[in-house]
Amino acid sequence: MTKTALSVLTVLAAIVVIWYLAVAPMNIRVALDQAARAGAEIEPPSAVERRNVPILTLMSNNRDHIAAGYDLDRPRLPTPMQVGEELWKTTGAMVLKGRTWSKRSLIYHGWITLQSTFWGFLLGTTIGIVGAIAIVQSRVIEMSVMPWAIISQAIPIVALAPMIIVLSSQVGIEGRGFPKALISSYLCFFPVLVGMVKGLRSPTAEQLDLLKTYSASGVQRFLKLRMPASLPYLFTSLKIGIAAALVGAIIGELPTGAISGLGARILIGDQFGTPLAIWAALFAAAILAGVLVTLLDRTQHVLLRRMGMRS
Amino acid sequence: MSTETIVKAENLSLTFQTNDGPVHALKDVSLDINKGDFVSFIGPSGCGKTTFLRCMADLEEPTGGSITVNGVSPREARKSRAYGYVFQHAGLYPWRTIGRNVRLPLEIMGYSKEDQDARIKRVLELVELDGFEKKFPWQLSGGMQQRASIARALAFDADILLMDEPFGALDEIVRDHLNEQLLKLWAKTQKTIAFVTHSIPEAVYLSTKIVVMSPRPGRISDVIENPLPVDRPLDIRDTQAFLDVAHRVREGLRAGHSYD
Repeated sequence: MTKTALSVLTVLAAIVVIWYLAVAPMNIRVALDQAARAGAEIEPPSAVERRNVPILTLMSNNRDHIAAGYDLDRPRLPTPMQVGEELWKTTGAMVLKGRTWSKRSLIYHGWITLQSTFWGFLLGTTIGIVGAIAIVQSRVIEMSVMPWAIISQAIPIVALAPMIIVLSSQVGIEGRGFPKALISSYLCFFPVLVGMVKGLRSPTAEQLDLLKTYSASGVQRFLKLRMPASLPYLFTSLKIGIAAALVGAIIGELPTGAISGLGARILIGDQFGTPLAIWAALFAAAILAGVLVTLLDRTQHVLLRRMGMRS
Repeated sequence: MSTETIVKAENLSLTFQTNDGPVHALKDVSLDINKGDFVSFIGPSGCGKTTFLRCMADLEEPTGGSITVNGVSPREARKSRAYGYVFQHAGLYPWRTIGRNVRLPLEIMGYSKEDQDARIKRVLELVELDGFEKKFPWQLSGGMQQRASIARALAFDADILLMDEPFGALDEIVRDHLNEQLLKLWAKTQKTIAFVTHSIPEAVYLSTKIVVMSPRPGRISDVIENPLPVDRPLDIRDTQAFLDVAHRVREGLRAGHSYD
């Protein structure tokens, strides 16, 4: 356990170091522009000239102003510290002020996204599991459905998302909840389908023969052998599926003019030039995904333990 | 011992069509198995011993000849739960305890809950696994797992026990022990047992009848009525009588197998 923690922390530390080092070159132009406006002497002095000077040259010519890049209001690349502060300002601090559900709170936006994720996950896993059962039961269904399932994943979801929104409003579905869940389930169902097909087919020929010697019916074969045998596979795909559902929900918020949800925060942050908001929303989404996957992982552990399987 | 015929095979043939042409897994195999017999099938890989067992169990469909089990077709025999089958791998469900693994056929066949409990208790005692009912398969050794799978095959009182190399994956010491136990079990339950094996000592030690088979095409090259007494301690294997039978089996194997 401590060994895992140590290796995770090492990678984390490396990322933070690289991140901090990258902030200086990424922000040097913005920092110099700001310093020039404040009247400092910059080399070269005009913004137009600076545009053609490589970053490293700018840095070595204006060493005194590198540090300013670490404390900008609208940095190209914020420091981890700034992201952390922004994240705290829009979550924990809001809770302390009693404004948890304010439109500026990421908890509010995270909750909106989480709801779509949940419904998308529910819809996606249902489609995935039912599809897998049908595919395993019938060769005809396998040959007719499987190619479409694969093709569906080759279509970029960002291209499909606006159409789903337009079409669902066309058939009279109000609000963004349903189309978002649909987009989310579109990404989520595939790993579940593939994993379940594999899981339902995991019993060996010998295990199937054994049931034949009992003259077991198809339903018994399914309930007593295929279904329980597929459970470990199911959980593995559920963990991939829920992360995909979250990504789907966020994508569903991007091209739709939504004003609530983590996806909307990212888009608005981009349009209004507030990179801190983008980064904070990005991290909120990552943390949310981590929590969801961990929850499923724990459930898997407990459930398989109780079933006697070593997970 | 009565002479009621349990299994009757006449000119039984089974040909698999493969990409490399037809494979004659069985060709013109004729054999009678009587009630209470312990019949071993021995021979090299590809001689059709497992295929013959699977034909009895209706897991394979013969392409020629005829076979009856309990006087009816293998399919009807299977539907009437005439036999219990023990596979090479114990094949216990990892998500079921030993008790619930034995319960599996009983659930499928629709026994009442009380009857299930009583039967589980009885067969687990029979294979000396009482007290392990609540353990999961991975908590048991390979030999114990195979005993549990025998208990599972015994649970629904089939008169015939078909065993396909059940001890093939176990080490020799465990195997000796299980062979001894199996003989006791056979004496106690009076079942008719068909037993596939690779091992000459195992076949000679266990059986009343040894069927020696040879490959390409799979056929019977010798049927040996075992003259050893029914009561067999493990050290019977050091007696001259035992070695004589083993020798005849070896001869049969050699005759049916040209090492060209």
